[in-house]
Amino acid sequence: MPKIKYVEHNGKEHEVEVPTGWSVMEGAVKNLIPGIDADCGGACACATCHVYVDQAWLGKLDPKSDMEETMLDFAQELEPNSRLSCQIKVTPELDGLVVRTPKSQH
Amino acid sequence: MLERIVIVGAGQAGCQAVATLRAEGFEGSIVMVGDEPFAPYQRPPLSKTYLMGTMERDRLFLKPDAFYADARCETIFDVPVVSINRGARQVICADGRVLSYDKLLLATGTRVRKIKVPGADLPGIHYLRSIADVDALRPAFQSAKTLAVVGGGYIGLEVAAVARKYDLKVVVLEALDRVMARAVSKPVSAFYEQAHREAGVEIHFNTAVEAFEGEARLTGVRAGGKVFAADIALVGIGVVPNCEIAIEAGLDCSDGIRVDRNCVTSDPVIFAAGDCTRHHDRHGDLVRLESVQNAIDQAKHAALAMAGKPKDYAEVPWFWSDQYDLKLQIAGLAKPDDAIVLRGDPASRKFAVFHIRAGKVAAVEAVNAAPEYLVGRKLIADGASVPPERLADTAIPMKTIV
Repeated sequence: MPKIKYVEHNGKEHEVEVPTGWSVMEGAVKNLIPGIDADCGGACACATCHVYVDQAWLGKLDPKSDMEETMLDFAQELEPNSRLSCQIKVTPELDGLVVRTPKSQH
Repeated sequence: MLERIVIVGAGQAGCQAVATLRAEGFEGSIVMVGDEPFAPYQRPPLSKTYLMGTMERDRLFLKPDAFYADARCETIFDVPVVSINRGARQVICADGRVLSYDKLLLATGTRVRKIKVPGADLPGIHYLRSIADVDALRPAFQSAKTLAVVGGGYIGLEVAAVARKYDLKVVVLEALDRVMARAVSKPVSAFYEQAHREAGVEIHFNTAVEAFEGEARLTGVRAGGKVFAADIALVGIGVVPNCEIAIEAGLDCSDGIRVDRNCVTSDPVIFAAGDCTRHHDRHGDLVRLESVQNAIDQAKHAALAMAGKPKDYAEVPWFWSDQYDLKLQIAGLAKPDDAIVLRGDPASRKFAVFHIRAGKVAAVEAVNAAPEYLVGRKLIADGASVPPERLADTAIPMKTIV
């Protein structure tokens, strides 16, 4: 199972295994990682699962959909490496992915 | 002495209350009792990806089992609660268990409204509210040829969209004159009607069901004086709040358990949250909301109040629905007398309808239009006034609309 590392805004790290096909958001929620609320459960409807993707991994992700792009546009503390974690699907290629959670979601 | 909180209902609201109680430093004991054989799970995917088969059951659960252990929350599943003894501050379960409480949270949700016509018990007639309902419906989809959808609301139309992907013939029978009449405005109804017709769904309005036909199992639906052949039917005609135990306990109820802005019922140690409640919203209207947002936010406010940190509930309601490639996002509650402003062209499958009341943005319905939805939600929260001609002008980005 691919391992994903979640880093809280205060630097606390959580490395967990997430099943292939799940989203990075689901991996966080199912492992009780703070900072990812995902009120809508992954429907790209609430923008409460915002993460920063480690630069080394940015190019390996599928591009953002229009919907994700526009939802993100309104997220707080937006950065060029911002993504909605509900829209990142875990694949074997993402083994080792590192994402950080923004301060505003804590 | 440490307090004991009992939560009746193991759904979105019950789960959120556990999380917020602990996050706010509540130190006492928590017991959650639910009548389904599962830990709290997400209902929205049931009529969408879970029915489609693209989301497996494990992924529906809101929290892992470790959450309840970490939160020191005792969980009792598959056990209905039959009554509340307010004098003794006890909840009585169907299996005879008696749970004492210092504070009680009712998060009992709703159940489907059953249709009362001849033949309504025939095999082949389905409802959709729970995991068990979908586990029964999905295999029926594999073998069925024609699905009759009774009620053109959110559930009926979401199921219709999935059924078309299964290549079923779909006939929607709606008693009113438009789809989602209770939830959306006329332009949005008209757009969704067309989207479903283009996807091959047959829709009949002003067509109330009179009877289900068939001997051993369903063969057709009699509605509007005609018989529509169908070997499977999905009835989605709304829900009723589970407030019987509250009524019997003498709590103030009116199509929902009445709560104040802190989610307190007419008994100061009993709180309620989610679909089962009725409250005065931020405009002073008495409403009962059926939504994830309200379940989460009311549960947070109930937990805050139970933890001794009450905070008024005044969140802007929001909803969403996925049908085909269309994401409908709604914020605020529209009223029939609102002035409406159309932004964008429905033919492009990307547009929004703003509702203006007393000069202020009161609600927005956005189809594949996240900026309109997100900015709209903020405009509603702020009570902002925006000239209608600006709202309608797609040359002005939503970000700079004010």
